[in-house]
Amino acid sequence: MSAQPQSSAERVPVLKVQDLTVHFSDHVGHVFHRTERTLRAVEGISFDLYPGETLGIVGESGSGKSTLARAILALVRPKRGRVLWLGEDLTQLDEESMRQKRKDIQVVFQDPTASLDPRMTAGDIIAEPLRTFFPHMAPLQIEERTRGMMKMVGLLPNQINRYPHEFSGGQCQRISIARSLVLNPKLIICDEPVSALDVSIQAQIVNLLRSLQKKLGLSLIFIAHDLAVVRHISDRVMVMYMGRSMELAERDAIYRKPLHPYTNALIKSVPIPDPDLARAARRENWLTGDMPSPYHPPPGCVFHTRCPYAVNRCHADIPALRRMEHGDWVACHRAEELDLSVRE
Amino acid sequence: MRGLFRFSQVLSTDVAADDPFAAALAQEPIKGRSLWADAWHRVLRNRAAVTSGIVMLVMVMLVIFGPMLSEWSGDYTDWDHTSSPPNLETGHWFGTDAVGRDIFVRTLQGGRISLLVGVVATLVSLVIGVSYGAIAGYYGGTTDRLMMRAVDIIYALPFMFFVILLMVVFGRHILLIFVAIGAVNWLDMARIVRGQTLGLKNTEYVEAARACGVGHWAIIRRHIVPNLIGVVIVYVTLTIPQVILVESFLSFLGLGVQEPMSSWGALVNDGAQDMESAPWTLAFPAAFLTITLYCFNYIGDGLRDALDPKDKS
Amino acid sequence: MGERQSSPIPNPILEVRDLHVSFDTPDGEVEAVSGLDFELRHGETLAIVGESGSGKSQTALAIMGLLAQNGSAKGSAIFGGQDLMQLSQDELNEVRGREISMIFQDPMTSLNPYLTIEKQMVEVVMHHQRLRKEEARAHAVEMLRAVRIADPEERIRDYPHQYSGGMRQRVLIAMGLLCEPQLLIADEPTTALDVTVQAQITHLIAELREKTSMSIIIITHDLAVVADIADCIIVMYAGQMVECGSARDVFYHPQHPYTQGLLKSVPRLDRVDDDALQAIPGNPPNPVSVPKGCRFRDRCAYAMDVCRDEPPLRTAEGGRASRCVLEIDREDNPP
Repeated sequence: MSAQPQSSAERVPVLKVQDLTVHFSDHVGHVFHRTERTLRAVEGISFDLYPGETLGIVGESGSGKSTLARAILALVRPKRGRVLWLGEDLTQLDEESMRQKRKDIQVVFQDPTASLDPRMTAGDIIAEPLRTFFPHMAPLQIEERTRGMMKMVGLLPNQINRYPHEFSGGQCQRISIARSLVLNPKLIICDEPVSALDVSIQAQIVNLLRSLQKKLGLSLIFIAHDLAVVRHISDRVMVMYMGRSMELAERDAIYRKPLHPYTNALIKSVPIPDPDLARAARRENWLTGDMPSPYHPPPGCVFHTRCPYAVNRCHADIPALRRMEHGDWVACHRAEELDLSVRE
Repeated sequence: MRGLFRFSQVLSTDVAADDPFAAALAQEPIKGRSLWADAWHRVLRNRAAVTSGIVMLVMVMLVIFGPMLSEWSGDYTDWDHTSSPPNLETGHWFGTDAVGRDIFVRTLQGGRISLLVGVVATLVSLVIGVSYGAIAGYYGGTTDRLMMRAVDIIYALPFMFFVILLMVVFGRHILLIFVAIGAVNWLDMARIVRGQTLGLKNTEYVEAARACGVGHWAIIRRHIVPNLIGVVIVYVTLTIPQVILVESFLSFLGLGVQEPMSSWGALVNDGAQDMESAPWTLAFPAAFLTITLYCFNYIGDGLRDALDPKDKS
Repeated sequence: MGERQSSPIPNPILEVRDLHVSFDTPDGEVEAVSGLDFELRHGETLAIVGESGSGKSQTALAIMGLLAQNGSAKGSAIFGGQDLMQLSQDELNEVRGREISMIFQDPMTSLNPYLTIEKQMVEVVMHHQRLRKEEARAHAVEMLRAVRIADPEERIRDYPHQYSGGMRQRVLIAMGLLCEPQLLIADEPTTALDVTVQAQITHLIAELREKTSMSIIIITHDLAVVADIADCIIVMYAGQMVECGSARDVFYHPQHPYTQGLLKSVPRLDRVDDDALQAIPGNPPNPVSVPKGCRFRDRCAYAMDVCRDEPPLRTAEGGRASRCVLEIDREDNPP
């Protein structure tokens, strides 16, 4: 893990996301009766990311975490908000300027085989960013660098001419990671990088990302739907639900004493590989219902329809993300009164 | 470039003396087995496709070199043997037509024209169609809409009317056949390629390429087109017989190639007139034409089965 | 469970002996399952755990006669006095859905998007139970209620895309239960779901266990998910069973190094230990080129020379077995 950060006031964030909002519109109905509807994929997300730090973003499907990643990467246009990278607002850049910035901000996607072009060899895939930004680089140099990257992510360099379908899922993900590292980025956004992998391979990839981060001083945004995986790699964790930020806190704090009922529910949902503990935990399982449609978010706090602690106020007022005593942020009206500490 | 040097420093600390990779590094890179190779092997297992391939190869050899085997030439009129049936002694292996021209040589020379038209016109439609379709599909939005409406409009124009117009204005020239047919066929190719591109541009690897900063043209060139080729190849093998048929139809109508050049269609036209008295004048060109059409269809089917990605097991 | 030296358990509901599943591929004959033996008691829940390529899904497909065209299976699977592997497709059709139900991983693709849930469920019931349409419908509604779908009367008329992922999985479970089968096989029932929904489905399965006498086989790659709901566990690796035993035995005293590795690599929230996850190095072997001797040898921390030979299947009482040279010990083995 990177060294424990000093108080935030002293450090300058490399990435500052402010009130980022992404809406998608489409139409339903037929020619004579069309209504426009809006999908509020991401709603007012704000956070800072410091150098060498890992921010874990956790949310289930429909939470907007993938859309958030794409908005930061400028693969999707936000409706409002700013993405400040080293002080510069990426949302205001034209396409070519943004393209230049992509050297610094890279991405690893979820599906290891789908994110690799099946017609290209591993070597070509990893070298593509090099060829794009350094078109005059000598082929020998390119190959040397590619092999170096392969070694660094734990792939045998003699596999350089193999095709994605000849690798396992974990190895494909390593190729993806190698591709993202080849330009020496400062930030890598990992969008559910281990969700499609077997459990034992997940551990390998998480460890790989950790060691790469330490070695290269990278900042990471690690997106996952599972709080347990995120714990091993994050310095801070943000929990998202229906496009909104529910809680943002230091890692140890959020796991020991979550402040938001949804975070609590996520923690309780992690399967425990211990029959006795699992049975005991089962009796406490109380999150019912399903996530409401993102086209019709509930009024007030979006989580109130499933929250066991909801009161009248929660139906009416949207809770703002506010700062609590230990520097944690939470969007819940009842954050002070609820005690959701994880009891052993 | 400075970043690269910092990187190499990091790299050197990576490989320790007892690095298990050291041994592997000394190895030659393993040759990968591309999807094309996989598909090729699948095609080879399809007997109909392979047989058709061999037949087509023989056909091509015949039309190129066959006429040299015969003592007769295509335009020599042998007045001693007009409308004579196939006869090994006279050297008229396929017989002669009403004016004594050797059918064997005529058929093979006609084959040259037919196959040439098939291949060239298809190539023309390929190049235009793929570029047009890929651009329309990739850029989407208004560009796409405008481009495809243009296709729809051109599609609606009556083909025969257009060809006849060209013939009347420019006369019957073989190049015109290429242009006329190619100008119509690219429309289908464009539509197919556009459809495929729409799907491909939303794949995760294209998104990953965008995230890596790859430019639009490079994406189309490097990611979209290679992944289209499978569909395009199949379509090409099914287009060639179509084109040959169209040309035959034109020739049948008297709008095709001019004498003394001939094509299978023209020969069929001629032969049809003498069908009752000299059936061989129709039979041989028709047989060659039919065999070619069958072969291309089998090859096309075989390729489509082989290239279908769902079949990967 | 597993090969037993003592007398076999009375009346197992399913008895699988020497199951081999192989596929005819362009690369030659590939064996996905190499000699699997197990028994399942009435009312018991068995979890078959393994990673991709372990052969766990193929085991179930072979028993149900649902293998792909290029697959073939050998061995026996005795269910209800019949050997399923010897039955014809027609005979199997009678068994499938009625006595043995199988639900698959991805609820999106398992349901026909063009038919309402009602049509799909009623079709199943009418085929097997020979009920009238109204009775079949009522039965389906009750089943939806049992899997905790709100307003089942209304919602049964919806189409699959109107349901969320978790609800679709419940519908699949409901469809699996329609004919009240003796055995339910669930292939990766929670893998495609979010963590909170996963917990709900696991909860549902746990309820089913308690309230019915149905036997269940759950196939998964995530060991943690079955901690609460499995009575016995079979761990598979590269087509072989490497460990089996009761859930308590496997979780608290894992014997095979692979099982131990799996348990260590699961990220846990209840442990505040070292940050790094302990991963099993390397990758599972390619089914095309399975190594001789112990198949886990290349990744095993304890590998010895003797592991180059086929390791013995060591057994102990209580249906315990481990395919490893190392002895099974009942001492406290730190998992």
